[in-house]
Amino acid sequence: MLNWTHITTVYLKELRDSLRDRRTLISMIVIPTLVMPGIMFGVGAVMAKVMQQARSETTSVVIVGGADSPDLVRAMKADERFRVVEGAGDFKTLISDKKVRVAVEFPAGFEAALKSGETKTVMIYHYQGEMKSGFGASDVERFLRDYRERTVENRLKERGLPPALTKPFETKRQNVAPPEKVGGNIVGGFIPYLIVVLCFTGAMYPAIDLTAGEKERGTMETLLCSPVHRLNIVLGKFFMVVTASLATVLLSLLSMGLTVMAGGSLLGAGQGVAAATAAGAKAAEPAFIPLIDPLGIFGVFAMIAPVAVLFAAVLLAVSLFAKSYKEAQSYVSPLVIVIIMPAVIGMLPGIELNAKTAFVPILNLSLVCKEMLSGVWSWSYIAIIFGSTCVYAGAALAVTVRMFNREDVIFRA
Amino acid sequence: MIEARALTKTFRDKKRGEIFAAHDITFRVEPGQIYGLLGANGAGKTTTLRMLATLLKPSAGGATVAGHDVVAAPEKVRAHVGFLAASTALYGRLTAREMIAYFGALNDLPPAEVRSRTQRLADELDMHEFLDRRCDKFSTGMKQKTSIARTLIHDPAVMIFDEPTLGLDVMTARAIVRFVRDCRARGKTVIYSTHVMSEVEKICDVIGIIHGGRLVAEGTLARLQERFAERDMEEIFVKAVGGEAALAAAANT
Repeated sequence: MLNWTHITTVYLKELRDSLRDRRTLISMIVIPTLVMPGIMFGVGAVMAKVMQQARSETTSVVIVGGADSPDLVRAMKADERFRVVEGAGDFKTLISDKKVRVAVEFPAGFEAALKSGETKTVMIYHYQGEMKSGFGASDVERFLRDYRERTVENRLKERGLPPALTKPFETKRQNVAPPEKVGGNIVGGFIPYLIVVLCFTGAMYPAIDLTAGEKERGTMETLLCSPVHRLNIVLGKFFMVVTASLATVLLSLLSMGLTVMAGGSLLGAGQGVAAATAAGAKAAEPAFIPLIDPLGIFGVFAMIAPVAVLFAAVLLAVSLFAKSYKEAQSYVSPLVIVIIMPAVIGMLPGIELNAKTAFVPILNLSLVCKEMLSGVWSWSYIAIIFGSTCVYAGAALAVTVRMFNREDVIFRA
Repeated sequence: MIEARALTKTFRDKKRGEIFAAHDITFRVEPGQIYGLLGANGAGKTTTLRMLATLLKPSAGGATVAGHDVVAAPEKVRAHVGFLAASTALYGRLTAREMIAYFGALNDLPPAEVRSRTQRLADELDMHEFLDRRCDKFSTGMKQKTSIARTLIHDPAVMIFDEPTLGLDVMTARAIVRFVRDCRARGKTVIYSTHVMSEVEKICDVIGIIHGGRLVAEGTLARLQERFAERDMEEIFVKAVGGEAALAAAANT
């Protein structure tokens, strides 16, 4: 029954046929190699640039009620971080209209109150959710904190007390996670998600084309006239779909890897600057680029194989039922959401790999990839996940073979 | 040789319940003979031929095609059958040569054999001009020739034609009819379904009239003329199926 010569013949023909199909070519080769990294790094670069620009730009600020606090106003005007704008009356409108980023309101007699030791409140007005306004508010806060610290120091000096009086101890944060762990946790959540989606979309068009597409074009009946056992036809088609799925994943990872290597220094430097600026006047922690465990990438590939098999089989079975390309598309499109859900859940913090989640398809892949990319290898879970996914994939393939042997499916009118 | 023994195929329909697409169909076709299956649309021609080509499994009864049983050894049957229908299309993204070679390989022919047979078929069918062009760019005539080459690549003993001239222009249809005669001349067993009366008159040695899934009359043209006391095939057909009222009733279900 099983005839590898026939399977290979069908597979090679489907491969050749698919490589001549524009839709499959676009989903299998063009999107992963050109568009995906383009989008990812295009958006990334634009965002990094916008953030950097927002941070480096001077903050336009309206000072309200600073008439009797000349020292403070002078200090603020002298600070190169700020550009003081007139317009005390309608400062809220100015902020809302994004004409200024923030406004700072000094209460009446603020400097006099400072001298007498009376506590007053300085108001900072900002626009919640607006990034530039948020940065501006932080800048103003930082400026006022420095001013307060200087005031405290002066007061201590006047009374002949040591500056350490108000600072009985210091705190400092130190990161103990090696860079690849941090990278695994940051990138590790995102990469499996991306792989799952690519693995599915890569299989989608060939699966539809090789089944519903053939029915629609009338070649299915031609193929069934050949003496090849239907099992071998299904397997030939199935291997083609798996190939397309894995090729899509491989090509996109490859092209993204190359993009990172080519543009990494540039982006990395940008992030470093951003991090340093964010840390502000405090000593900046050494900026690091997130690393991922290279062995983890091989692990991810080993784990994606049964998932590709599962997707290929499910997609073939679903689209085999359809009479036309369009009908198949309308069955398959909702499936994208079904597979994205567990992948997204895997990205959420707090969802951990355990004896239960290890059996949930796609979610388990998402979770184990996150671990592997950060260098954690829980072999028993890996075995459970690989094994269970293989079982699901096998079951799905069996369903596809059954479907292919059903006359009401093949000759559905 | 083809031997159909009480071939029956039922389908389940949600509204109408169990439907007999083919009911108790028995006939025999010898090598070097063209058997014409004549029937209106939906009479059961395609279902019967698909059962003979093992694309459908009979619900009851059976058939032997080229010495093999359609239920017990469908792969062996298909290895000796060339099936050509209006619904058997070509792969548009393959060239004619690739298309023929693909079916040669699926029939377990070694590549060298496929090459020499392709050459011979291209000579016979005058295909050299478009042999290396993609099928989706073909005219109907080129497509038919390629399909014929596809059905002949494994040199089958039995040829099954399901309305092969459907929707073809006169020239292409004539070429097909010529080719069907050619198959008979080479000693192949041929079964040919159509609803075109003139084609049946012209080429078929034995005619089977099928209606409502049943074989209602069978015989040579002369015998049918004698039995129904009519010269014209169309009149014979209408009488055989039970009059125009019966035809109209069948068309409305």
